[in-house]
Order: sequence, then structure tokens, then C-alpha cells
Amino acid sequence: MSKTYNAGVKDYRETYWMPDYTPKDTDILACFKITPQPGVPREEAAAAVAAESSTGTWTTVWTDLLTDLDHYKGRAYAIEDVPGDDERFYAFIAYPIDLFEEGSVVNVFTSLVGNVFGFKAVRALRLEDVRFPIAYVMTCNGPPHGIQVERDIMNKYGRPLLGCTIKPKLGLSAKNYGRAVYECLRGGLDFTKDDENVNSQPFMRWRQRFDFVVEATLKAEQETGERKGHYLNVTAPTPQEMFKRAEYAKELGAPIIMHDYITGGWCANTGLAQWCRDNGMLLHIHRAMHAVIDRHPHHGIHFRVLTKLLRLSGGDHLHTGTVVGKLEGDRAATLGWIDLLRESFIAEDRSRGIFFDQDWGSMPGVFAVASGGIHVWHMPALVSIFGDNAVLQFGGGTLGHPWGNAAGACANRVALEACVEARNQGRELESEGKQILTVAAKNSPELSIAMDTWKEIKFEFDTVDKLDVAHR
Amino acid sequence: MSKVQDYPSSLADTASRKFETFSYLPPMDDAAIRKQVEYIVSRGWNPAIEHTEPENAFAHYWYMWKLPMFGETDVDTILAEAESCHVAHPGNHVRLIGYDNHAQSQGAAMVIYRGPISA
Repeated sequence: MSKTYNAGVKDYRETYWMPDYTPKDTDILACFKITPQPGVPREEAAAAVAAESSTGTWTTVWTDLLTDLDHYKGRAYAIEDVPGDDERFYAFIAYPIDLFEEGSVVNVFTSLVGNVFGFKAVRALRLEDVRFPIAYVMTCNGPPHGIQVERDIMNKYGRPLLGCTIKPKLGLSAKNYGRAVYECLRGGLDFTKDDENVNSQPFMRWRQRFDFVVEATLKAEQETGERKGHYLNVTAPTPQEMFKRAEYAKELGAPIIMHDYITGGWCANTGLAQWCRDNGMLLHIHRAMHAVIDRHPHHGIHFRVLTKLLRLSGGDHLHTGTVVGKLEGDRAATLGWIDLLRESFIAEDRSRGIFFDQDWGSMPGVFAVASGGIHVWHMPALVSIFGDNAVLQFGGGTLGHPWGNAAGACANRVALEACVEARNQGRELESEGKQILTVAAKNSPELSIAMDTWKEIKFEFDTVDKLDVAHR
Repeated sequence: MSKVQDYPSSLADTASRKFETFSYLPPMDDAAIRKQVEYIVSRGWNPAIEHTEPENAFAHYWYMWKLPMFGETDVDTILAEAESCHVAHPGNHVRLIGYDNHAQSQGAAMVIYRGPISA
């Protein structure tokens, strides 16, 4: 049946509000938290978001009639109250899979969080969750290797991995930096990490850093008989430069490199992840700038969405927050996005902020990385919260040890192994943690002094971005 | 600075060689080993025993002791196999593994008899 062309502006809800629509298994589904302008009905605001993030523009155009917009349009299909918030509501929108280029998180998010976020009809807008259908997941490269392959390559089983970010984060010479790496690794850490700010500044160019760090890694391997790595940051001003650094890391025999997926960009990240798959290189992902996007509860993109985005774009590790350290992170919500990183199927669970079932099929899982203001006293809680498939990264908690990095690393390793052994014995880590660590410290002077050094340090501030719950 | 302790580790000192999970803790006694075997059984993993000369411990592949004990849930039987591997190879590291066939990985891996390290 053909339609006729009528120029002008009509309400979005006439076209884009479809409460009777049943989403297809192949649709990409999104949940937005909308703060509408005063006087705009919920259905109209939801429909406007659906339109602006898919096929619509502000007025009818004659070329609409050259295609089948009813096939391509996004559909607002449900509205829900936000618990504990009368001003805002959730809008659920279904997008047909045909709207998006295969294997391109760049393309998906250019639509979902494009112009619509500046749209005047809404005062604020937050993308809370996205359901990627398995049909779309299968078009994406995903993690270069995943948890299981990394465990085999690095020969680490039955425990979380241990890491450390080298500090001070700026200003060290390459040779002194390599020294700090060597000390950490010989003391018992599995990995050390470039700080995200370290790229290739005048005080330490990337090539010398790579040379010294790889020598440090190899010597620590010979000394301890264990496999070691350092995340060589290849984040660079241009993709060409990024790949040049990655190639050199491979030439040196480094097992792992790192990239900042938000500041570096998703196009670069997806390309690098594919290169890592092709070249047998593990890929650690940092998330600088995420809090700009995900921290405000009413506007932006929730981190669980950025988590899914990274799993599709590709990475073997992703920073997730620690729950217990110096950086923001609600416990239940963090557990939710950790599952989204690591598990194969994650069911809808509003108590953890998960709005949709998510099926990853055979796509590999990603190690969760807990980093930021953690020390040995946090170890029991970290092992309990994160389980084995995590990298626990102690920066100050290693380098700040009174006897130096090697002793600090050893203290963390002893604490970790004591907690894992106790957990396997069926003991409750979070209630018995102090006793477990105290017993372990009797055989480890390094742990004993670490426990004395950090016993008073806590980070007990309230979380800014909480899950939406009724509070009245 | 006098209170700072040196970290005793070197290429020359073979006591510096570690062997992954639990190698930074003192050797487990029989009761502690039994608890780890119970953990592997409780997770539904398949127990297995491997061993190697300590100087070759860095290799991915150690010598398999017989075959993994698929479906074995009797803790004493598993402990007896580990013991017999140790008796046959007293100079070797003996490793207890729990194969997690769903994850296609090892859910647990730990050296339970430590051989004297010479290199």
C-alpha cells in the first residue's frame, strides 16, 4: 500500500511509539533513562529518542517514501517508572539489525548515542543497557584470546592474577622504569602495567621503555621460573604509530600489550584487537575517560554498556573498578558488569542493573581488572568479590612497601595465595580475612610489615552512581 | 635504612625458583593437601597428577602420571595416586590438577610434593 507525501512536522509518537510491538530475537534493544522537558508526554519523548537514534529527522522528507521506513525505524515499545524517581522514566527501544554495519561498535553507537544526546526534547538522557542479539555478536571479532587461552599461555591456574601499575606515573627514565618492573616481577607478581598516561613522552620514549621492560621481564622469568608480562601501552596519536609500537613489542617477544579504548577510540581498538588475534598478543584494556561518560546517573552511558562494547570490540582484560578501593563503584552493579565481561549468558537482573538477557554464545570472556587504591588488607574481599578470573592490581600497595617493590609484590602474592587456599577449604574470606592474613604473615616478614603499613587506610565514601531503587 | 630487609632472590640461588599457585606459601601438610583434593572433587573437576624434574618446571608440559582420573570422587584414591607418583619420582615436583572440562581449563593446579631444586 503506497503512502502520500505530506510536508510538515508531526508527532514522533505517531510513527515511533509502538506499545504492541514484540521485539525480535535479532533486534538490538536499548534501555534509556529519559529526563523529559517539562510538558512533554513520556510516549512522545520515548518516540523522539527512538526516532533520533534511528531513521528520523525533525521533519518529514519526501525521500522517506523511497524506502520502507516501517522496516528500518527504531521502535519505542515500552515505558517504565524509575524506582525512587518521579521525574525520569525508562524507555525501551528496539532497533532492527539491518540498521547497523556488521562487526562495528563504532556504527552501532554512532546511532544509539549520537545526535540524540543533544536533542532539545529531552533534558537529559542515559543509555542504561543494550541487548546485543547473538546474530550481531557473531559478526564481531571479540576478545583476541579470552580468559581460558590467556591462562594457558601464562600458565596461571586456580587463582586470580596479580599486577601492579608502575609509579610515579610520569617522569621516570626508561631504565629506571624497567628497574621498577623487574623488582615487582621477581617479587611474585604476574604482570606489571604501564600507566595509561605513559605513551611516548620526551622523558621516556616508547622504544627504550619496551627494550628495558622486556629485559626486566625475561630476567624475572629466569629468576622465579614463572611466566611474566608487562602491559606495554601502545596507545598512540595515530593508528599507524599504534601498530608500529605493537609490531615492535611482538618483535621483542612481549606476551601482552595495552590500549586505552575510549581515548584511543573504538575504531583503533577493534583494529588492534584483530591484530592481537592474528599475532598471538594478549591485549590489556584501560578505560581512561569512562567516568566522564558513565558517572552521572541521569546523562551519559552506563559502564555496563561500555563493558559490552569492549567485549565486542576486543580486549583480554578490562578495568572494572574494585568495589573496595579508591575509585567509584557500587557493589551489586559492579558484580553485574563483571558477569557481562566474563560469562557466556547473563540473565536480566534488575537488582544488579541488568535490563536484558545477554547471550554471548561462544565469544570468549574477558578478565576483570581490579585496580586503584587497594592493598593487602583488601585481599580477602577482592578474592571473594572477583573470584579467580580477575587481575588484582596493587600499585601503591606494591611500590609503597617499606622494603621496596619486590617485598611488596611478595607480600601481595603470599596474601593472595593464603586467601585462595582458605577459600578452597570452604572458609569465609570476608569474615575470617584478618585471621587468614595474620597466620600467613607468620611465614612472611614481607606480608607482616605490609599489614602494619596499611592497616589504617580505608576509602569509605558513598557511591555517586547508585542503582535505581525505591527509597521511600 | 637499617631496618630495610633485602629481598633474597637471585639467578644463582635455586631456592628463588617458584612454581605458580601456592608456591609462595610453606609446603602443605597432609591435612591441607586433603582439603584441596576435596575442593577439586566438590567442584566436579577431574583430578590429575603430573610431575617433572624441578629444573624443567618452566615447561608447559610436565610428565602425566597415568591418565587424569575422570569421574574419580574418592579423596583417598586420589591422594594414593599422588603418593605413588611421589614415591616413584622422589626427586620431582608433583602437581595436583583439577581439570574443568566446561571451562576447557584447569580450575586448580598446585605442586603438592616439592622436589629439591638444583638449577
